[in-house]
Amino acid sequence: MISHSYQIPDWIAKNSRVLDLGCGDGRLLAQLVETHAIDALGLELDPDKIAACLDLGLSVVQQDLNRGLSNFNDQQFDTVIMTQTLQAIRRPDLALSEMLRVGREAIVTFPNFAYIRNRIQLGLAGHMPVNPQLPNPWYDTPNIHLSTFRDFEELCQTLSIRILDKDTSNLSGKRTWLGTVWPNLFGEVAVYRLTKES
Amino acid sequence: MAASLGVVTPELIPFETPLALERGGSLPRYDLMVETYGTLNAKKSNAVLVCHALSGDHHAAGYHESESNKPGWWNHYIGPGKCIDTDRFFVVSLNNLGGCSGSTGPLSTDPETGKAYGPSFPEVTVLDWVHAQARLADHLGVEKFAAIVGGSLGGMQALQWSITYPERVGAAAIIAAAPRLTAQNIAFNEVARQAIMRDPNFFDGNYADHDVIPASGVGLARMVGHITYLSDVSMGEKFGRSLPRADRDAEGVNFAVEQYLRYQGEQFSGRFDANTYILMTRALDYFDPTLNESIPLPQVLSTTACKFLVLSFTTDWRFSPSRSEEIVDALIQAGKPVSYTRLESAHGHDAFLIPDATYERIFKAFMDRVHQDLGGNA
Repeated sequence: MISHSYQIPDWIAKNSRVLDLGCGDGRLLAQLVETHAIDALGLELDPDKIAACLDLGLSVVQQDLNRGLSNFNDQQFDTVIMTQTLQAIRRPDLALSEMLRVGREAIVTFPNFAYIRNRIQLGLAGHMPVNPQLPNPWYDTPNIHLSTFRDFEELCQTLSIRILDKDTSNLSGKRTWLGTVWPNLFGEVAVYRLTKES
Repeated sequence: MAASLGVVTPELIPFETPLALERGGSLPRYDLMVETYGTLNAKKSNAVLVCHALSGDHHAAGYHESESNKPGWWNHYIGPGKCIDTDRFFVVSLNNLGGCSGSTGPLSTDPETGKAYGPSFPEVTVLDWVHAQARLADHLGVEKFAAIVGGSLGGMQALQWSITYPERVGAAAIIAAAPRLTAQNIAFNEVARQAIMRDPNFFDGNYADHDVIPASGVGLARMVGHITYLSDVSMGEKFGRSLPRADRDAEGVNFAVEQYLRYQGEQFSGRFDANTYILMTRALDYFDPTLNESIPLPQVLSTTACKFLVLSFTTDWRFSPSRSEEIVDALIQAGKPVSYTRLESAHGHDAFLIPDATYERIFKAFMDRVHQDLGGNA
């Protein structure tokens, strides 16, 4: 289980409306309800995780993110969050555009494929990486669109998305010194705060 | 699963204040047949209203007379430790106006004529039922329901409550329902009504004057309805192409499914009043809180003040998941707290009545939270 990155709560305004795409068991939203008194909604596919969210008193709707967010109004939320899910979506580019249509800001985290361990496994050993960050073998993985800090920033530019904040954390959601200095090589998890270029 | 409620006893509650009806006319007085389970707490905050569907009634849980009888229609979901936990909640279930299980309806005596209403019983709507239920709540001393729950036509009542009496609903669970019927759905109801009306024993609804019932028409109506409440998968699993059972009447029957439908039709026509069936299906057809789309659904729901749980079932084609999702999307757009799951089930529309682990897990999690929000312990 990957913990959410430490920066996220700092980027959420108190009493704001927050949508979490792929909210899992609702841990992040429940924490933000507690600390930031947010108005929270989660989207999740797995009924067991939906039940876990309900246990926490959250509102959660079963929805396949690959089908888009067309049932949401423009700018309905202050922040739309997607943690460790972008790489598993069929069209990450469309997902990002939709996030910034329904939300004023977006927070996105994903595994950085250029992390040094992946580079070693692919570049030196000649294998698709399998490790705690990317635990699945290539033929059976939900992670179909892996990218790096650099790739992601190029996409943002193409989509006219402005990067408000950029950071990295390890899999436990903690800051690492090396990752902060050299994110594309030493950052395990890429963490971005985004908005639409005005 | 948890213990049963045991034997429960319905109560007939009289209401002497006239009730004006949505589609015109009024009822000068009426009775409601009611069952309650569990105990109303001192703050009177733990009441849960259960709304029945087309052919349901007040007997939602427990047993009448003895546990060897058939339990109430939602017995699996209502009782001690169950989804609607009677150790925590005071559960109220009633037979709706126009029904044929004890509440005032076509079988009751019209005080103006001294005769049974029969076909002259006024048309009642979901909104009328909700008003009558609100008066029942007043009678019970319940200012606000902790939750209002229902499946199918019952879910429509829960939805109407959230719109009409937002301050009196803490949570609404809307299961296998729709914001209004489609043409196809109305068409099925019309076939059912025509089956009844074309029965020679119907006599324009005055069959009581002739000491008969339109049993064949009501049976046929039920057979059609029943097919639409099941799924291709569940009928295939239950009957396939197997031959009739030898221990039951098999005359003129070629397949087990035919025998089953006939049996269902006969059972139903013996217990259900034809005029009530027509009235209930009309209430279903007319239900439309958008007033024929003159008000968009998100706007209709913008004044609601409760938490919502919406549930649908994958093989339900009478009230398909996409219809439930219309309610969900409208609530999202209205910025209301809503939770939703499309539950995997082979049982079609009837799935809302049938035991299922995931359904129970999600329904119970929602209801437990309703209880917790009252200040109770989880």
